[in-house]
Amino acid sequence: MRHIRIKRIEEKIFKGLMMAATLLIVVSLFMIIVAIVKRGLPAMSWDMVSKIPSGGFYLGKEGGLLNAIVGSLYIVIGSISLGLAFSLPIVLYLNLYLPEKSRLAQFTRLSFDVLFGIPSIVYGAFGFTLMVYLGLRSSLFAGILTVTMLIIPILIRSIDEVMRRVPKEMKDAALSLGATRSEMIKPILRQVAPGIVTAVLLSVGRGIGDAASVLFTAGYTDSIPTSLSQPVATLPLAIFFQLSSPIAEVQDRAYAAALILTFIVLVLSVAARFYSRKFSKNKI
Amino acid sequence: MDKIRYNKFRQTREFLIRHSMLFLMLVSLSFAVIIGISLYYKSVPILDQQSLWALLTGESWKPLKGQFGFYPFIMGTLWVTGIAIIISLPLCLLAAIYLSEYAHPYVKKVVFPMIDVLAGIPPVVYGVWGILVVVPFISTSLAPHFVEFSTGYSVLAGGVVLAIMIIPLMISVFIEIFDALPGGLREASLSLGATNWQTIKKVVLRKSFPGLAAAVVLAISRAFGETIAVLMVCGNVSEVPHSVFDPAYPLPALIANNYGEMMSIPMYDAALMLSALLLFVIILAFNAISRLVLIRIERNFAL
Repeated sequence: MRHIRIKRIEEKIFKGLMMAATLLIVVSLFMIIVAIVKRGLPAMSWDMVSKIPSGGFYLGKEGGLLNAIVGSLYIVIGSISLGLAFSLPIVLYLNLYLPEKSRLAQFTRLSFDVLFGIPSIVYGAFGFTLMVYLGLRSSLFAGILTVTMLIIPILIRSIDEVMRRVPKEMKDAALSLGATRSEMIKPILRQVAPGIVTAVLLSVGRGIGDAASVLFTAGYTDSIPTSLSQPVATLPLAIFFQLSSPIAEVQDRAYAAALILTFIVLVLSVAARFYSRKFSKNKI
Repeated sequence: MDKIRYNKFRQTREFLIRHSMLFLMLVSLSFAVIIGISLYYKSVPILDQQSLWALLTGESWKPLKGQFGFYPFIMGTLWVTGIAIIISLPLCLLAAIYLSEYAHPYVKKVVFPMIDVLAGIPPVVYGVWGILVVVPFISTSLAPHFVEFSTGYSVLAGGVVLAIMIIPLMISVFIEIFDALPGGLREASLSLGATNWQTIKKVVLRKSFPGLAAAVVLAISRAFGETIAVLMVCGNVSEVPHSVFDPAYPLPALIANNYGEMMSIPMYDAALMLSALLLFVIILAFNAISRLVLIRIERNFAL
């Protein structure tokens, strides 16, 4: 009898611990968001999102963060387009041309899983050496290239995840009607379109929030770039640089920028959730 | 005739598309090799001058005098990563067991999206949170009980922030591993009269141990490379930390902080590129090993 009681008590203790751990993780998420909102909201104003920094901005005078917001958008739009141009053909090749169990397909999937784990600072350092080698200065173009390298593994992994689940019968049907493999691309893309949208939203979130990759390559500027060869400001770097300022007003702007960035990422995450509901599997 | 020509055209198009896709894939696959080679090429000057061993164990970092000792930075990275794992591993393990073995589907429906959100928050925002909450808490509430003075910018702050950052990755891989276990194993144990917890302890955990280890290695490599968040809360003093309240200076932070001045001092850029290379090689190896283990597990349990 005693033995049974002990095992019941043990069961209860551990179940309690587990629930506590889960609760703690959920609560810490809320704590982070609350802390960011609480500090960032008082510093927010319309000027913050509609004006670029004017003279004396870094001494606490007028201006806003429009340069960083637009800069981040430029970088993300550029690198998503470039990233899709690389990753869509690769995923299609993996799924249409290579047999399910081919060595090459397995190796490719493993490689992109591994590349996904490479930290952004390494991509940043590599982008920087590439820049020096090509004789470029830090610019929008270099930033886009680096962020593209960062997000290609994410795009490939998550689009592949969805495309693998396209029923084999669909491909067989197309082939039996006499279509070539490349003629199957269109209907298959239509089939996985929501998956592609989710993948894009995920990688926008990653690309827009990453600081270490653009630190070396995109530079920083107070104006909105008008060509690919000009340096560009980004939101994460706006936070990072302004937070290290000793002036309270400038620090406030970092908190406002953090709030903007968090807001963007939350919206993206909810949108991705919404689109992927059909295809969802618990995968990060 | 026309039909034949059209089919020829289709075949050529097929050939072109197929081979350009293959070409793109091979180009992207060679990324890893190109990154490795170019970082190595950039760090050759300093490797020519000093041996790798001397660099890794050297304790003094004085770029102006040409002394590049990585030891403090390596120790900084290890300390911060170690603390992050110590904090997050038990939390993740307990939460993952709860979510996959006990929790009502409704709970999963609520918690999974939250973990996704946690995964999506950018590192720099975690850093801001660290500065707003963790650092002041350590310096005013926690540290005074143990040491005379701490600014709060410390190994512990870095560890806490990193722990929160790797939680989503760890939990989701843990849950995948538990879900991959065949249900029959659990039922066999339960039918012998074991409680849920006994089943978990003696069957589930034991059976999934290799996978869990791989997941931890994956999380360690994520923590190794994390830059901005750690840089913001660690204090960045290039000395070997002796307690959790000492500041540290992890490798990625070293690279990020000094790129501005590295072009003006000889060997400086080579030293920084060497640290990027070190990170790259270590993380590549860790990732490859753990992914291979995870793939094997998936294959073995897929019935």
